[in-house]
Amino acid sequence: MKNFQYTEASQPAQAVQQIGAGRDTKFVAGGTNLVDLMKYGIEQPDTLIDISRLELAKIEKTATGIRIGALARNSDMAEHPLVTSQFPLLAEALLAGASPQLRNMATLGGNLMQRTRCNYFYDISQPCNKRQGPTAQAGCGALEGYNRIHAILGLESGDLNQSCIATNPSDMNVALAALDAVVNVSGPAGQRAIPIRDFHRLAGKKPQQDTTLAPNELITSIDLTTPQRAGKSHYLKVRDRASYAFALVSVAARLVVESGRIQDVRLALGGVAHKPWRLTSVEQQLIGKPATEASFREAARQLVAGAKGFEHNAFKIELAQSAIVRALQTVAA
Amino acid sequence: MADQQHPDESAEHSGASRRDFLKQSSIMAAFAITPPAAVTAVEKGLHETIATRFEQMPLRVTINGAAQQLNIEPRVTLLDLLREQLNLTGTKKGCDHGQCGACTVHVDGTRVNACLTLAMTTEGCKVTTIEGLADGDQLHPMQEAFIKHDGFQCGYCTPGQIMSAVACIREGHADSPDEIREYMSGNICRCGAYSNIVDAIMDVKQGGQKV
Repeated sequence: MKNFQYTEASQPAQAVQQIGAGRDTKFVAGGTNLVDLMKYGIEQPDTLIDISRLELAKIEKTATGIRIGALARNSDMAEHPLVTSQFPLLAEALLAGASPQLRNMATLGGNLMQRTRCNYFYDISQPCNKRQGPTAQAGCGALEGYNRIHAILGLESGDLNQSCIATNPSDMNVALAALDAVVNVSGPAGQRAIPIRDFHRLAGKKPQQDTTLAPNELITSIDLTTPQRAGKSHYLKVRDRASYAFALVSVAARLVVESGRIQDVRLALGGVAHKPWRLTSVEQQLIGKPATEASFREAARQLVAGAKGFEHNAFKIELAQSAIVRALQTVAA
Repeated sequence: MADQQHPDESAEHSGASRRDFLKQSSIMAAFAITPPAAVTAVEKGLHETIATRFEQMPLRVTINGAAQQLNIEPRVTLLDLLREQLNLTGTKKGCDHGQCGACTVHVDGTRVNACLTLAMTTEGCKVTTIEGLADGDQLHPMQEAFIKHDGFQCGYCTPGQIMSAVACIREGHADSPDEIREYMSGNICRCGAYSNIVDAIMDVKQGGQKV
């Protein structure tokens, strides 16, 4: 690992000031992703600002729901009574991710910023638009390579060799997408709130950019609004082993059913796109429909409409639909 | 072990603390646009041994009860600090990328992967490694149980397995074999001693011994 200068921020405002002053400066908290990337030479910051001791780890009630500080550890979030009682979907997704050791280290903010696990992004001998940036005209190693874990949705309609077919690896992000989380960030110009659907982005022509967070902004917290109506939720994760593996496909589902009819539904998919995949138009069409397999199957078909399979991942198109149906049947039961 | 300082004592007696150092360097960093002096010391032609001094920072951390005052490069992970500078080689380097759990240690009572922990971030923390688990010659109940149940073959993953197993019980995640399997999933054993490891943990849990 290349050496770097290490500093510590004592206040969020100071952290923002410090990151704005450095040339190639990054925040570090849990380090579970960044330190790994630095070992591979994918990230090579000159300066790391340790933000892990900022007072941003609280989980507290708000007027409309809860606020989770950016430095809350994944394990703390997953076991916090406010999360387990009001947002069991988030707790379930968090516990489906990583290992107990990693969950003890990884923070909310870091998980939001988690980078893809694409093998070609991780291998610096391979071409990668995400790692090298589009101006390098590197191309995408995964396109003609081993692309079993890659995206099937949200792909650029133009030349994919200029773009990226990687997926967002986070389980937490999928649950947050289904729950309409709002990401609060602090920058030189002050605070702003970013709805989760606008926080992560599709690769498009800027494959190097995973999120809409500016390089000099600091995530401070997320807000979650408690759903109006009681419902049931489930995070279904399909992976190559029973635990401790990234999702091939995952589904975050929340359903409210009354007298056999769907009153409210949230559906987000993981492992299929550059960001958690959610189509509110599909959810709207489910409202008022009977909570039956036929309705679920139709929604699943619509949610993956336009999916594109590559040499090794075409199975995901069918798998995603089956997973959606199973997740909805689980919460409808 | 007799000449170890109490952690609080050493904190009081140390001169320029790392906090002061950091405060100063933070202020410098806030105004400096040029690449950090430490990183470029070698590039600027300074002799390597002198440059190395520039690149080191003070760290105070308590390891297995012993207060340590160290100088390290910021890029040193807790795993490399333990193994290469403190000769605590019980903590193993398996994958070095947070995928195998062989490097599991406790930081302030919480199990973490030492390979992905920058040592600098453990300032003021209490670290426990496999060497700190036994009480003198008296093995920890989990160590006894691993021997009793043959919870290993080659033994390379064992220190990480045991540190994780102790945490698993302390966290309250060892109530059934299924729960143990899930909460031990961050520790890979390529020999496949899993079933005996689960037996060992169940034995300690059901024995009700203090872990």
